[in-house]
Amino acid sequence: MTRIASALRSFFLFYYEGFRTMSWWGKKVWLIIIIKLCIIFLVLRLFFFPDFLKSNFRSDGERSDYVIEQLTGNK
Amino acid sequence: MIENIDLSLVNWSRAQFALTAIYHWLFVPLTLGLSFILAFMESIYVRTGEEIWKKITKFWMTLFGINFAIGIATGIILEFEFGTNWSNYSWFVGDIFGAPLAVEGILAFFMESTFVAVMFFGWNKVGKKFHLASTWLVAVGASLSALWILVANSWMENPVGMVFNPDTARNEMNSFRDVILNPVAVDKFTHTVTSGFVLGSVFVVGISSWFLLRHREEILARKSILIAGIFGLISSLAVALTGDSSARTLAQVQPVKFAAMEALYEGKSDAGLTVIGALTDSGGKIGEKTVYDVRLKIVIPRMLSIMTTGEGNGYVPGLKDLVNGNPDKGLLSVSEMMERGRYARQVLTDYKMAKEIGDEASLAALGARFREQDFIDNYFRYFGYSFFDHPWQVIPSVPVIFYSFRIMVGLGFFFILLFVLAIFFQSRKTLERHRWFLWISLFSIPLVYLASELGWIVTEMGRQPWIIQNLMPVNIAVSNISTGAVQTTFCLFAVLFTALLIAEVSIMVRQIKNGPKH
Repeated sequence: MTRIASALRSFFLFYYEGFRTMSWWGKKVWLIIIIKLCIIFLVLRLFFFPDFLKSNFRSDGERSDYVIEQLTGNK
Repeated sequence: MIENIDLSLVNWSRAQFALTAIYHWLFVPLTLGLSFILAFMESIYVRTGEEIWKKITKFWMTLFGINFAIGIATGIILEFEFGTNWSNYSWFVGDIFGAPLAVEGILAFFMESTFVAVMFFGWNKVGKKFHLASTWLVAVGASLSALWILVANSWMENPVGMVFNPDTARNEMNSFRDVILNPVAVDKFTHTVTSGFVLGSVFVVGISSWFLLRHREEILARKSILIAGIFGLISSLAVALTGDSSARTLAQVQPVKFAAMEALYEGKSDAGLTVIGALTDSGGKIGEKTVYDVRLKIVIPRMLSIMTTGEGNGYVPGLKDLVNGNPDKGLLSVSEMMERGRYARQVLTDYKMAKEIGDEASLAALGARFREQDFIDNYFRYFGYSFFDHPWQVIPSVPVIFYSFRIMVGLGFFFILLFVLAIFFQSRKTLERHRWFLWISLFSIPLVYLASELGWIVTEMGRQPWIIQNLMPVNIAVSNISTGAVQTTFCLFAVLFTALLIAEVSIMVRQIKNGPKH
C-alpha cells in the first residue's frame, strides 16, 4: 500500500513539477488546448453536432429501419 | 433517389469535411516526421553524451510540442461530422470503421500521450535511456495512430472483410485480418507515413537553413540538416516506391480514379505515363462529363503499362472502357453494374417487405442470399451503382486530380533533389556559401505542405462519387439535416481552424526566433 501511495505521489509530483516549471510557450499552448477543447466539446458537440440517428430515434431497431428505408428508397 | 437529395446539402457537407480534414492534416504529418527526427537526435545524444545533441533535440522538441498541442482533437471533429452529417454512412459501415478507430484511441493515443509527458517533463528527472525510450515510443505511437485511421479510410476505398446484415443495414466485420491487410491500407499506410517523414525533414532543413541565412545557431543548423537530409532522402525514396506500389493497387481496385489521374479515355496496351501536360476541352463528352485532351505533354513511353501490369504492352483501361465496358478485356459496363446493383437493392427491399408482413419463408430465403458468395461477388458488390441515373456519374473531376497528382509527384522528386543537395553541401561544409540553396530550402516548407495536402485531394476527390467504393455514393450517405446548419458549422470551423493555425504559426515563429536555450 505504501509502495502504491509512493508511486502515486511520484507520479503526481512528476506532472505537478512539469506544469509548474513550464516555459512560456508551454503555458500558451495549454491555454489554447483548454479553450479549443471547451469550444469543441461544450459548444460544437452540444449545440451543433448532435448524433443524427441517436437524437431522432430511440432504439437501434428504429435506426436500422430508417437507414434501410434510405437505402431502398421506400418512404 | 438521388433526385430527392438536396445537392447543396451534399456539397456543403463535403466542403465541410474537406475543410476539417485539410486543416487536421496540416498538423498530423509534422508530428509523424518530426517525432522520428527527435528520436534519432536524442539517440545520438545518449550514445555520444555530447550536450550539443541534447540542445538540438530540445529545440526541435519545442516545435514538435507546439504542433502536437495545437493539433490535438482537430481530428475528433471529423468524428462529430460522421454522426451528424453522414449518419447513413456511419450506420452502414457498422463496426468496420468503429473497431480500428477504437483500437487507435485505446492503444496508440494513450501510448502517445503518456510518453509525450515524459518527453517534455522528464529531462533530468528520469534516466537518459528511459527518456530516449519515451521519445521513440511517441514516434512509434504517432505512426500507430495513423495506421488505424488509414485502415479505416482504406476500407472506404476497398471494402473487404465484411458481410452485410440486411436486418440491421450494417456491414459486419468477418475478417479483421482482411481489413488490416487490405492492400490499399498497406500501401496507404506506408505512403502516408513516409510522406509525413519527408514533411518533417523538409521542415527541419528549411528552419535550419533560415538559421544559416541569419548566421545564427550554425552548429545546430548544420547537424540538423545532416540528420534531416539523410532521413528525408531515405523517406523520399520510400515515398516514391510506395507511390509506385499504390498506383498498381489503385489500378486494380479503383480503375476509374486511376484513369482519371492520367486523363486516359481510351484504353491502351502500351500506355505511356504523362509526366506533364495541359488539359484542353476536346469537344467530346461522356454523358455530361467533358472529355479532355492532354496537350503540351511529356510522356514516358509504356511506363503506365509497366507500372500497372508489370509489362510494357500491358493493357490499361481508359475511362470510356470503364464506363461503356469492354468485353474483350473482361470489363463490365457501368450500366451492367447499375443493373446488378438494382437487383441487390431489390432483394433488400423484398427482405424488408417480407419482414413487415411476417413472411418467414421469404425472409429466410432472402436473408440467406446476403451470405451467398455468388450474390456478394456479383450483385451486392455493385449495390452503390443502383443509386445512379447515368453511367457517366461515376467519373470524378479529371482536371482536379490530373493536376493535383502531377504537382504532388513533381514536388516529391524536387524534395529528393533537395535532400541530395543538402547532404552534399553539408558533407563538403559549403552550406553557407550556397545561399540560393538555403532560400530554396526555406521556401520548400510551404511546398511540402502543399504536396502533402494534394496527396489527400488526389485520394479523396479521385474516389468521388463514392464514399464507400461501389457500395455507397456520397449522396446516399448524407443526413437529412438543413443545409443552413451545415453552412453555419462550416463557417465556425473556418474561423476556429484559422485561429488555431495563426496561433501555431505565431508561437512557432516566435520560438524559432528565440532559438534554443543556451
